[in-house]
Amino acid sequence: MIHSHPDKARAFVADDERAHWHDKALWFVRVKRDRGAATVPEWEALRTAAEGIKAHTLSRLGAYLEEFEAKAAANGIQVHWARDGEEHNRIVHGILERHRVSLLVKSKSMLTEELHLNPYLEARGIEVVDTDLGERIVQLAGEPPSHIVMPAIHRKKEEIGELFHEKLGTPKGLSDPTVLTGKARVHLREKFLSAQAGLTGVNFAIAETGGFVVVTNEGNADMGTTLPRVHVASMGIEKVIPRLADLGVFLRLLARSATGQPVSSYTTHFHAPLPGGELHVVIVDSGRSQMLSEAHRRKALSCIRCGACLNTCPVYRRSGGYSYSYLIPGPIGSVLGPHRDLAGHASLPFASSLCGSCTDVCPVKVDLHHQLLVLRQEAGEEKLIPLGKRLGMKAAAFAMARPGLFRAGGRFARWVLRAAPGLARFGPAAVWLRGRELPEAPRESFADLYDRETAGKPEERS
Amino acid sequence: MTARETILAALRASGAEPVPAPPHPVPVKQGDPVARFLESVTAVGGQSYRVPDLAALAAGVAKLPAWSSPRRVSLVAGIPGGTVDLEAVDDPHELADLDVAAIPGELGVAENGAVWLKGESLGPHRAVFVIPEHLVLVVNAADIVNDMQEAYGRITLPRPGYGVFVSGPSKTADIEQSLVIGAHGARSCAVFVVG
Ligand code: SF4
Repeated sequence: MIHSHPDKARAFVADDERAHWHDKALWFVRVKRDRGAATVPEWEALRTAAEGIKAHTLSRLGAYLEEFEAKAAANGIQVHWARDGEEHNRIVHGILERHRVSLLVKSKSMLTEELHLNPYLEARGIEVVDTDLGERIVQLAGEPPSHIVMPAIHRKKEEIGELFHEKLGTPKGLSDPTVLTGKARVHLREKFLSAQAGLTGVNFAIAETGGFVVVTNEGNADMGTTLPRVHVASMGIEKVIPRLADLGVFLRLLARSATGQPVSSYTTHFHAPLPGGELHVVIVDSGRSQMLSEAHRRKALSCIRCGACLNTCPVYRRSGGYSYSYLIPGPIGSVLGPHRDLAGHASLPFASSLCGSCTDVCPVKVDLHHQLLVLRQEAGEEKLIPLGKRLGMKAAAFAMARPGLFRAGGRFARWVLRAAPGLARFGPAAVWLRGRELPEAPRESFADLYDRETAGKPEERS
Repeated sequence: MTARETILAALRASGAEPVPAPPHPVPVKQGDPVARFLESVTAVGGQSYRVPDLAALAAGVAKLPAWSSPRRVSLVAGIPGGTVDLEAVDDPHELADLDVAAIPGELGVAENGAVWLKGESLGPHRAVFVIPEHLVLVVNAADIVNDMQEAYGRITLPRPGYGVFVSGPSKTADIEQSLVIGAHGARSCAVFVVG
């Protein structure tokens, strides 16, 4: 399989120093998340409420979207509907064309990544500038984001200095983050001041009030929506929540889960266009209603894109965002990608240790590791697992059902590992042993040890 | 069928069982909200000051280094000394070199140092809270709430419906997780609590 996670991760893990650096950087964010969560005594109750509000909303999603649409229209917001990316991109382009937009400033939106909006607009002569610093870095580098909250987390500051030198003409050899951010500020200010339209994602759309909320730390969404008179916001159908008061629950969870901050620097509530301007919201399905119709996948639609499951995932941290075949990496991407196209992303459910840490940190309690397990079963049933692994599993199942055979097999394996440890590198476990050392094989198995220790002590053999 | 009809029909057919909306948890109150708010503002990278009255507010703001720069906007009744009249500005692009803006906050949130600015308080140009180099926010001590849940209990969005929580200065950690203050918005954020 060309798209398999181990293959795509190979280059990343080959650079041991970088892989460890990446691992540490992400773990640092995870630790900040823990500290942030610990400041809120009712944290677990908030997670339960957030999970419940999402489940409730998804159970009557159509009604809430209609309510949102009606209230938004009354607020002077123009609402559009798009079945898929093509339709969405056409609508956005139509709006921009009508206003003769030649430069669009964008704030972060994973949805428009999913729908490939940038290339669509660029092919039609519109310059699109991503304005979140991390997004701008990967855009200049011609790469997709490697993380949903910190798009350039895989890049070192020296590399960013080099990139800015090449693309923005800054002096060679810059690597201080403050200096680099200052350069980006000047470069992007000029874009904000000359753009004719701004595009944002939507963090939450509120049915009750017909408006929506966008959060950023940098203020880029605000620069991009208070200077140009045209604002287009793209939202997936799952972004709606029932009431304004529900924001109290979600906003207490979101930033703490994402970066450990008590709240993002800017939480902007849009409920009307700029005076004399236009505000458009494009509501997109793009496979979401299908996911909603399958009960065991539905919960994945509750995700609020905080990134906590990526930061905590031992596989993500050590293999990097580009080892995933789906555009959203980490546990949530390994769920969403295969839910959309199992054959295209068949290795992703296996890019997990199933340790369950993702589920534990998720602020809306998406049952990530359970969904990964279900997807593994589906991949097995549809014969999407590589033959070697399939036969291996069959053999393991056969042996495990026969204790005598299992023990004999274990004895044989331990003997081989002691006698010729190098041999394992050629067997079915070869992929596993890339970059790993095997421990020395013990002489006896746990079962042997247990038998010996409890021999003649029936009361301990429970 | 239009896209709207197709999507709504698919949602109706999705067969999701009705799930009731859960209650929101009741937050535990953690100490004096004003003291906590002042601390939170500092923690998110801002400067916090408590002043007893409007005279002390004006004196405090006058002492800020940021307030000595030439292009100043004051939207706060108790802060004199603005040099740029927003009403005389036709286009927000003209605010590109604004040095500092003082804006009244509707409420402050103890748990995260956020100040709620409602659309009407921003004058004729929404950009005023994000475009200047420095920000001065003012909130009454009586308007400090404990947490975001309490805040939303108070917030209304009258037309033109717009409002923003600002928590400290603009920031980014997109380069190697190093916190840098002053990404696109204000490089400093001084918050005054009056009373
Ligand atoms: S699945 Fe949960 S933890 Fe992962 S990004 Fe979504 S909300 Fe955050």
